[in-house]
Amino acid sequence: MAEYTWPSREATAVIGKEVDRLDGMAKATGAAKYTYDVNLKNQLIAVALGCPHAHCKITKLDVSAAEKTPGVVAVHIFEHAAVGREVEWEGELLAVVAAESEAAAKAGVAAIKLEYDELPVFVDDEDLAAAEKAGRTGKGGGKTELEREPGDDDDEDEFVEKEIARLLKESKYVVEGYYGIDAITHCCLEPHGSTVEWKDGKLLAYLSTQNVSGTDEGFANDLGITSSDVEVKCDYIGGGFGSKFAPDYWGVAAAKISKETGRPIKFLLSRDQELKIAGNRPSGYINVKIGADENGVLTVWDSVHWGTAGYKGGGVSQTVMPYVIRPKNYRRIATTVATNTAQSRAWRAPNHPQACAMSQTAIDDMAAKMGANSYDVFAANLRAGNVDSQHPDAANVYLAEMERCAELIDWKANWHPHGKGKAKGSIVDGLGMALHTWGGTANNSDCRLKVSPDGSVEAFCGSQDLGTGTRTVIAQVLAETFGLGIDQVRVNIGSSKYPASGASGGSTTVGGVCESHRRAGLDALDKLFELAAKELGVDAASLEAVGGKIRVKGSDKSIAWKKACTLLGMKPLEINASYKRGDVSTLSSSGVCGVQMAHVEVDKETGVIKVKKFVAVQDQGLVINPKTCKSQIYGAMIMGIAAALYERRITDPKSGAFVNAELADYKLARLGDIGELVVDLYEPESERQRGVIGNGEPPAISPKAAIANAVANALGVRVPVVPLTPKRVLDALAKA
Amino acid sequence: MSGKRVVTLTINGDQTEVLCEPRQTLLEVLRNNLDFTGTKEGCSNGNCGACTVLMDGRPVVSCLVLAVEAEGAELRTIEGVACGSHLDEVQSAFLEGAALQCGICTPGFIVQTEALLAENPNPSEDDIRFYLAGNLCRCTGYDKIVRAVQAAAEKRQVARSV
Repeated sequence: MAEYTWPSREATAVIGKEVDRLDGMAKATGAAKYTYDVNLKNQLIAVALGCPHAHCKITKLDVSAAEKTPGVVAVHIFEHAAVGREVEWEGELLAVVAAESEAAAKAGVAAIKLEYDELPVFVDDEDLAAAEKAGRTGKGGGKTELEREPGDDDDEDEFVEKEIARLLKESKYVVEGYYGIDAITHCCLEPHGSTVEWKDGKLLAYLSTQNVSGTDEGFANDLGITSSDVEVKCDYIGGGFGSKFAPDYWGVAAAKISKETGRPIKFLLSRDQELKIAGNRPSGYINVKIGADENGVLTVWDSVHWGTAGYKGGGVSQTVMPYVIRPKNYRRIATTVATNTAQSRAWRAPNHPQACAMSQTAIDDMAAKMGANSYDVFAANLRAGNVDSQHPDAANVYLAEMERCAELIDWKANWHPHGKGKAKGSIVDGLGMALHTWGGTANNSDCRLKVSPDGSVEAFCGSQDLGTGTRTVIAQVLAETFGLGIDQVRVNIGSSKYPASGASGGSTTVGGVCESHRRAGLDALDKLFELAAKELGVDAASLEAVGGKIRVKGSDKSIAWKKACTLLGMKPLEINASYKRGDVSTLSSSGVCGVQMAHVEVDKETGVIKVKKFVAVQDQGLVINPKTCKSQIYGAMIMGIAAALYERRITDPKSGAFVNAELADYKLARLGDIGELVVDLYEPESERQRGVIGNGEPPAISPKAAIANAVANALGVRVPVVPLTPKRVLDALAKA
Repeated sequence: MSGKRVVTLTINGDQTEVLCEPRQTLLEVLRNNLDFTGTKEGCSNGNCGACTVLMDGRPVVSCLVLAVEAEGAELRTIEGVACGSHLDEVQSAFLEGAALQCGICTPGFIVQTEALLAENPNPSEDDIRFYLAGNLCRCTGYDKIVRAVQAAAEKRQVARSV
């Protein structure tokens, strides 16, 4: 059996090299077909009626006029919209109309007669007292860690109170703060949805999904068929960010209507529905008190945080608090808040961005209180062992990355104590930083590899490419393994009929597909080496595949790749490989750090913030393709700028209406908003040796805290809740 | 159906007749009637730029243009940017500069860039950021898009000077 390892840095020809995306040509020419580009012959278009109120009881839902609307073929009422049922958030789909055209479907929706009783609405997730008064809070768990243990006679609760009070009293510095981060939505540019058709009792679903191999079962379970009767296809997806793992009830409805009518159905959410119901990230707000010694090393942390993940409550998990910088003594308590908003979905690095924004702002305020350099306070805590990270050598890696990041943003030259910089008119500037961590364990991944006697190489895998470069990475791994060029490898992904591969969530894809394809490649190479060894009259162990040849290491004796493949005879060599999440391997691992630093300018008269320069230093083990790897980081930084400065779900407190659920009002960063961005991949040999680790999530974590800290450094005043809108900046200045 | 109109227009050099309803947007007709699905739909209210096409050389968001308004117009969509299998400078720069990720915004950005470079062959970075500010990328590749537009402009300038 082959030994599954990566070649050394010096020996690689394709891995670690900047390779253009394989699907770039299709995307740049408009040839790439996304789910919403799929138009099937004789298809119907489906449009849904969303609930107009955030909390109501349905008293009448009459679709008879809709059914008679010209062009309408079928109307489907969702079970949760039956008369007498309560709907708990605005936008929840109530009924769907399938028609010959979009216009006819919309006319059908307009003809639906809906009546409902309005019920009390609660959406003010930031106001904990109001939530408690409205009976909307719940226990979110908590944990207390104290170095001293209670004596036999002490009541545990009483001991905790006394010990935290003692630690705070004995601290050289104490900071008490309030911080927060509003809910945002996924806002995928291609909305959730599918185009489906039935053929011979089997369902073909073109689904916009991050989970090609897992959604066939989702359809099957709800339709009473087996997953082998379903094929899910997704060649291209216009954004997911954690929100597209399931067929969703509207996908299942499309399949049902298609079966009833005998015609293909195209059913994608409208823009406002996409924002209202198809994914949002929980909010988080915190009251915290921290103590530190003369160097800013935290001695104690005591916090209560709350937030909402929707109508079921939820919020930011207490397990991630305090984030990365964690003292030995801490108490963290979480409270959930139930609001009349759609339930959240996973959003790049669930819990971490909020935890980072609620924790590391307090660390920075500690530096401000001390009159110290924030860099020094973060570093002092790392050196003191106040660190909670998934990287096994976290403190050293953070410190090395901080040093690099500081060089790139010229921290020393640009630093000034909080609020003490030189103003240019009404403009002040400031620096801020934040640290993050993530796992990125390789996901389950199976693949089938075919090496044909004509020398062609083709791989099949039920993974998906979210724009992250999955196809390209697979091709690089196989090309490297066989000593071929990228163009000599064909990669097939995007169908649930291919060997199953895990969902793309949690930065698990690159590790998974690298595991399966490197294993398959090395297994195939073993077989080819056996054949080539006989042909060359050498030991198979002496062979290597490089430069389009299989050759004897250290000699000119070789056989061309194509000729070696003819030794397979008439039949192609087919290899199936499988990697199970958690299998110990040298090809992949998990646990990363990451540091980001921001340099901002703030106009004290207008409250407008501009990011001047933003630097990310990121480790992710062995980098297969620096080009696509950096793309992920750039993208995460810009998403972070949007969430730090612009982006939030705004709800009307009286009606619960999501008032900015369209792109004119849901403010995102544009080209002019981002400033200078610098990305640096931290890949010393010690990191490279750890194998591949996903990096989709980690760089999306720190931006909010880093930018908020930079603004606090510029102003000398904390703007407590992100996004840091001009009004919030001006309010904070007025209050100071 | 009564009320339908025949619109005659030229798309990527080919004269085309299409039967459409007066209420249909140019975007809807391109995507649904004519299967030019390279032009993307993001917001349907002119705020994301994904549906940008060139109409008589000017960039328009096709979700805000009625198809009947395109009578007699010369349209250029993303499908008409490349010359056969040869990408033009803008497309190559986006591909080589990794200025595309999920790619759903890419056609709009490329078409808008074509309009920019036709109008201003040597744009400054500020010109680029201003001209492309109507295009939204969620993934987001803005930084690399700016670099790609700069690279395309330079490549085109060099090609013209030879």
